[in-house]
Amino acid sequence: MALNHLEFSYDGVAGASIPADWSHSGVVGSGDMEVLLTRKAQGGKVVVKVCTPVCGFDQVWDKVLAHFVAESGCGDLVIEINDNNATPFIVSLRLQQALSEARGGDLQ
Amino acid sequence: MQRRQWDTLHQDRMQRLAAAEQAVGPGKIVAARDTVKLLEAVIQPGDKVNLEGCNQKQADFLAEKLCRVDPKKVYGLHFVQSSITLDSHIRLFEKGIAEKIDFSYSGAKAGALAEGVRSGKIKLGDIHTYLELFGRYFIDLIPRVALVAAYAADREGNLYTGANTEDTPVIVEAAKFKQGIVIAQVNQIVEHLPRVDIPADWVDFVVESPRPFYLEPLFTRDPALITESQILRAMMAIKGIYAEYGVQTVNHGIGFDTAAIELLLPTYGESLGLKGKICSSFALNPHPTLIPAIESGWVENICCFGGELGMEEYVAARPDVFWIGPDGSPRSNRTYAQVAGHYAVDMFVGGTLQIDADGNSSTATADRIAGFGGAPNMGCDPRGRRHASDAWLKCGAETGSTAETLGETPRGRRLVVQLQETFREKMKPGFVDRLDAWELRDAAGLALPPVMIYGDDVTHIVTEVGIAYLHKCRDLEERRAAIRAVAGYTEIGMRADPRQTKDLRRRGIVKMPADLEIDPAKAKRSLLAAQTIRDLVAWSGGLYHPPGKFKNW
Repeated sequence: MALNHLEFSYDGVAGASIPADWSHSGVVGSGDMEVLLTRKAQGGKVVVKVCTPVCGFDQVWDKVLAHFVAESGCGDLVIEINDNNATPFIVSLRLQQALSEARGGDLQ
Repeated sequence: MQRRQWDTLHQDRMQRLAAAEQAVGPGKIVAARDTVKLLEAVIQPGDKVNLEGCNQKQADFLAEKLCRVDPKKVYGLHFVQSSITLDSHIRLFEKGIAEKIDFSYSGAKAGALAEGVRSGKIKLGDIHTYLELFGRYFIDLIPRVALVAAYAADREGNLYTGANTEDTPVIVEAAKFKQGIVIAQVNQIVEHLPRVDIPADWVDFVVESPRPFYLEPLFTRDPALITESQILRAMMAIKGIYAEYGVQTVNHGIGFDTAAIELLLPTYGESLGLKGKICSSFALNPHPTLIPAIESGWVENICCFGGELGMEEYVAARPDVFWIGPDGSPRSNRTYAQVAGHYAVDMFVGGTLQIDADGNSSTATADRIAGFGGAPNMGCDPRGRRHASDAWLKCGAETGSTAETLGETPRGRRLVVQLQETFREKMKPGFVDRLDAWELRDAAGLALPPVMIYGDDVTHIVTEVGIAYLHKCRDLEERRAAIRAVAGYTEIGMRADPRQTKDLRRRGIVKMPADLEIDPAKAKRSLLAAQTIRDLVAWSGGLYHPPGKFKNW
């Protein structure tokens, strides 16, 4: 199956990146989504690169990602997503989990 | 004046019995090898025939033998029966033995049925709910011949149907008391039955089948497949609906959403202090996923529509909770359980495939005629209900349109809850502008789109976004707005007006997880009381014996 590559960019909060250079969570083989967060000073901007087998949902990705960036108050990040048919709800959940893991948050 | 003959049905029956005696000899017990001859003798062209089969047990041996009758002798039959689920059911139409079908549920043969209707081989009567079809057995779809299944018979022809009694009593009654013919396939003929479920004088012939009847474990859900999204919806439903209304009497639809709720009762439900306050009595099949709640002392009573493969020993060992015969083995009865589900439970909770912008929901797709089963009789407000309960009164008092339609007179209302994922697998939206049911109506020539639950019956929709308390809405416009507010990133959801959503939240018509003080990140599989089928076996103390396909150890 051909994979779809999408790229989005949002205005985040300058300086609101993650402590480490990068942080990785999830697996795409047996799970639904893999996320790689990379710290990058770019005036607060958040760049998201999505690799997904699903076509025709660019607008939904945009809405979900814009909502995540706005709600989480993150910034200065590159987010790479390898998607394995995750639903929008799962995408939001995995991004929240990835960010809180990268920030050393309690995930219990 | 010409005198009318008043017993033509009886005379017809006597002729058929005489033909049977000529074909297979005297006596009720007929050898399996003579089954085809028996069927050719007692069934006449154009007869209405009830071939027993439901969600669970199937008179599969009789169905296969019916496929072997000579289509020149037996043809054009009109089947009136609960379900079409076997290859042989479809083959009967391909061979011209059967012509028309009135039914309730099709499941695995939904695609073949749609194809048969399209090609003209199958004439579709109506698609019913169970109770509705049972009702018609006594008015305008009276079966001339009933072919049923039982575990055992004795030499007189008494039948033992046990845990899987299901539809048999109503089918036999409808045929027998209008002078019809009743033939039973049984797994074995014994000297003494554990108990009599159908008396011998209601049964004309008994055939010992060379193998046990087929039984479908339709209601078994593997906890390993429950997702975090389902767990979140279950948490919201428990806190925002079960607890909010203090619902004690419940029916759960089939599926993983309700399995998640069942498995959260002893964990999440317990942590909210709800034990004893909700879910004490069910109209429900013996769902294996309810075992942890039963074992934890949550459940006082379960009235079963049918049996579930592997649950027999567990059910028999919990006679305070389940319905058990004087012999100690379980009993089920679809008719009575459906009546209980319609009139005696305060809430229906189930999942669906599609919900439209007005709140109508359907599991139909354009190329499958899946039928309704029993859900619409529980997924509706029973307008004939007159007894009150706290949950029913509260839901009625909150109903926003009562003043418009009824004036000042108080009336209660059943809670009808739909659990819905905004996007299903392959990104199929759970909310759509037009249900696929409309396409099926056109493709199959139905009078109406097959709607499972109508928008004006639904009181609550639960998605991962939130709960819409639809019954509180004053009119259709407001209801549409509440649906949009919980429809997430679907096209319908993206039309939500944030200001309107905010107003609906303020008025308690829409509640998001934050409004319910639920953290979505806490929706984890570790909350499930059992995470695998093996855990369920452990909870049951080894009394639950899952079918092979659910075992991976």
